[in-house]
Amino acid sequence: MRSQKRKLALSHKILMSVEKPARYIGGEVNAVMKDPDEVEVRFTMCFPDVYEIGMSHLGIQILYDMFNRREDVWCERVYSPWPDMDKVLREEKIPLFTLEGQTPVREMDFLGITLQYEMCYTNILQILDLSGIPLFAGERGEEDPIVIGGGPCAYNPEPIAEFFDLFYIGEGETVYDDLLDLYKRMRARGTGRRAFLEQAAGIPGIYVPALYDVEYHEDGTIRAMVPNHPHAPERVVKQLVVDMTKVPYPEKPLVPYLKATQDRVVLEIQRGCIRGCRFCQAGMVYRPVRERDVEDLKEYAVKLLENTGHDEISLSSLSSSDYTRLKELVYFLIERFGERDVNISLPSLRIDAFSLDVMSRVQDVKKSSLTFAPEAGSQRMRDVINKGLTEEVILSGAAEAFRGGWNKVKLYFMLGLPTETKEDIEGIAALANEVARVYYETVPKENRQGRVQVNSSTSFFIPKPFTPLQWAAMFTKEEYLDKARTVNEAMKRQLNHKSLRYNWHEADVSVLEGVLARGDRRVGRAILEAYRRGCLFDSWSECFDNEKWMAAFEAAGLDIAFYNLRERSLDEILPWDFIDAGVTKEFLKREWKRAMEGTVTPNCRAQCQGCGVKKFGGGVCFEGQD
Amino acid sequence: MKVRIKFRKTGLMRYIGHLDVMRYFQKVNRRAGVDIAYSAGFSPHQLMSFASPLGLGLTGEGEYLDMEVNTCGSSAAIVKRMNAVMAEGMEIVGVWRLFEGAKPAMAVVAAADYVLTPEPELWEDIKEKAEAFFAQEAISVRKKTKKSEKEVDIRPLIYDWRLLDGGIFVKLASGSADNLKPELLLEAFCRYAGQEYDPCGFSICRLELYAREGGEAEGRLVPLSDFGEEIL
Repeated sequence: MRSQKRKLALSHKILMSVEKPARYIGGEVNAVMKDPDEVEVRFTMCFPDVYEIGMSHLGIQILYDMFNRREDVWCERVYSPWPDMDKVLREEKIPLFTLEGQTPVREMDFLGITLQYEMCYTNILQILDLSGIPLFAGERGEEDPIVIGGGPCAYNPEPIAEFFDLFYIGEGETVYDDLLDLYKRMRARGTGRRAFLEQAAGIPGIYVPALYDVEYHEDGTIRAMVPNHPHAPERVVKQLVVDMTKVPYPEKPLVPYLKATQDRVVLEIQRGCIRGCRFCQAGMVYRPVRERDVEDLKEYAVKLLENTGHDEISLSSLSSSDYTRLKELVYFLIERFGERDVNISLPSLRIDAFSLDVMSRVQDVKKSSLTFAPEAGSQRMRDVINKGLTEEVILSGAAEAFRGGWNKVKLYFMLGLPTETKEDIEGIAALANEVARVYYETVPKENRQGRVQVNSSTSFFIPKPFTPLQWAAMFTKEEYLDKARTVNEAMKRQLNHKSLRYNWHEADVSVLEGVLARGDRRVGRAILEAYRRGCLFDSWSECFDNEKWMAAFEAAGLDIAFYNLRERSLDEILPWDFIDAGVTKEFLKREWKRAMEGTVTPNCRAQCQGCGVKKFGGGVCFEGQD
Repeated sequence: MKVRIKFRKTGLMRYIGHLDVMRYFQKVNRRAGVDIAYSAGFSPHQLMSFASPLGLGLTGEGEYLDMEVNTCGSSAAIVKRMNAVMAEGMEIVGVWRLFEGAKPAMAVVAAADYVLTPEPELWEDIKEKAEAFFAQEAISVRKKTKKSEKEVDIRPLIYDWRLLDGGIFVKLASGSADNLKPELLLEAFCRYAGQEYDPCGFSICRLELYAREGGEAEGRLVPLSDFGEEIL
């Protein structure tokens, strides 16, 4: 550690006047301090949400570690100031600062913003605004940092395209070195911002929005998106790590003082998913599945727990059960750390004999609940979305769990899926009832500890780019609420209704998320209007203000129905078509048609569907072929 | 075996609240490989208790916590191990094995030393008044409780005081029987000096925590570290 006493950007008085001052002081365990005079590039990673959320994100930990391994780079962090701090910074005219160096963000070379969900878009503008960086990329000068976006929402960057200098499409471990080296070379030559961006556009995976023009048809759909500079490729190809054993993993992750949402070690066991659920963007854009080496993972687990002092480890992946060495890894962890000293959490795990055995050993059965994600209430609907879970599997898993002592079950569903009928919607309540029925059938009266609790919750389906359902129409807020009401009434009619609970998500946020997910460049105007009207922390229900958003769309002259309520035609040019995410549009169309027919598609290991990602040369596509 | 740990909480650690400090030490123990004992039950927790929570914004030079350990090296070794995994602003000062029958720190705290440092301009305005303020036979303040407000005399709770260069040293009653928060004293002092009290206008540092020798009401005040011995 370089200095013993860091000077804070905020006075004692200010820190004492806000909620949780620890959000703004940095200095966490494993934070990296460097001498600004001894580095050549200063990079700030931003998660545009409150500290406790941002600190829970694995991606930032990976990039923070990767950047700081370079001696010539110092990577720092910044998160969204909570509204109380936002107010103080504006009133006192204090520029937003980095946590490590407590240095104004505007003095950085790069500001990298991770785009994890659409409802953080106004927070991006807050970060830029409080930093004193012009909101529009086109208005920035030589003194401003290069603003980069990356992460899942970068697969349709268009709604926020004009606020970013460039986007990084794909996984961060691949071309950042090239980008930083280019920056250093060009800065040494003094060629300036514009020339750097033009050169950067030539790096695979880098998208520079200013180098593309979008033309529209009269009906509002896109006529063409054309590069206006020779370095800008017509299609930007997603970058991904081909061999997971070759990329480093952060062995000394940051440990915050405040209790973060994820207060545990997160161990990424694989990337991608073989399942091919048709609604799932992650399942499509992170293809192909690439597993980490199980011996590497064992070693990481030990080091990570030692270096952080956490008492819990969570195995992270889109579908843990599909990791081929899962049993070996989990039993190693239980043996190495004992059944009670370290808690092991296994999200996204299929419920079967193995997972129940593991859970009974690492969790308190009486307190924990089991989670199933059938996603839809009827088999027909599950076939449409290619969710391979059958009612039989759910009920036999539940029966086994009930025998093992569990009596709480959570069920997750979506409403508003394409082709959905009233029967499909009511099927949600029927399935919940069946689960309760299985409990009373399986557990004899004398062994019951009160009533079984079956908690069902529904969210509204939002079609995402690069999924087979990307063409689907959404619904109005009123229609969504009708659907939720139908479920609620059906729940009350069930025989076991006293054991059933049901809750549903807000509909107005879903409507907006739909527009932001599939919007085009013009939607940026509405985001700016919303921000100007005071919208911030839109993913927080206590902050979300739908009326302001509606006014913003009106002021921007944009019609939500255009973005949400029409089924797009298969030959329409979509705003994200210029990105090559690996899965081809032909494959997605094929899957859309199969969805409409209700035909399921086997997973990657069962039968290759020729989705297009084989060209990357690795992962599941080549399993058993070396 | 019960051990008592003395630590400093300075610099930016003053913005870390008490609950977060507790979680911080749990992680320190695991990083440092301290062989701390755990409670029984399905969610075991480390057997550790703090002498007295330090308010948000205050620094501490003499903070204490007690732990139950299964095994333990020498005091010097454990101090070194823990300090190797400390964050900036936290430092272990000493570790002692508690004497047989010694009560937990939190049960015996009776007094605390503080240094109260006002902002320099404020100090110029109030330092002249300090002598007279402390010379009063009674200092009456309104103390708010959940239900009501009542007048209390805090003068008997001020055990000692002296002027320093740029601030005031005080020894105040602390603990479950009699307790005087330094903020309450400062509020009374500012009012006496004709100044508006601004809680952020002072830096408050807690220097040391004391218990009564022999647990007697009239017992001498001795630092909490005196209730154990160094582990060699």
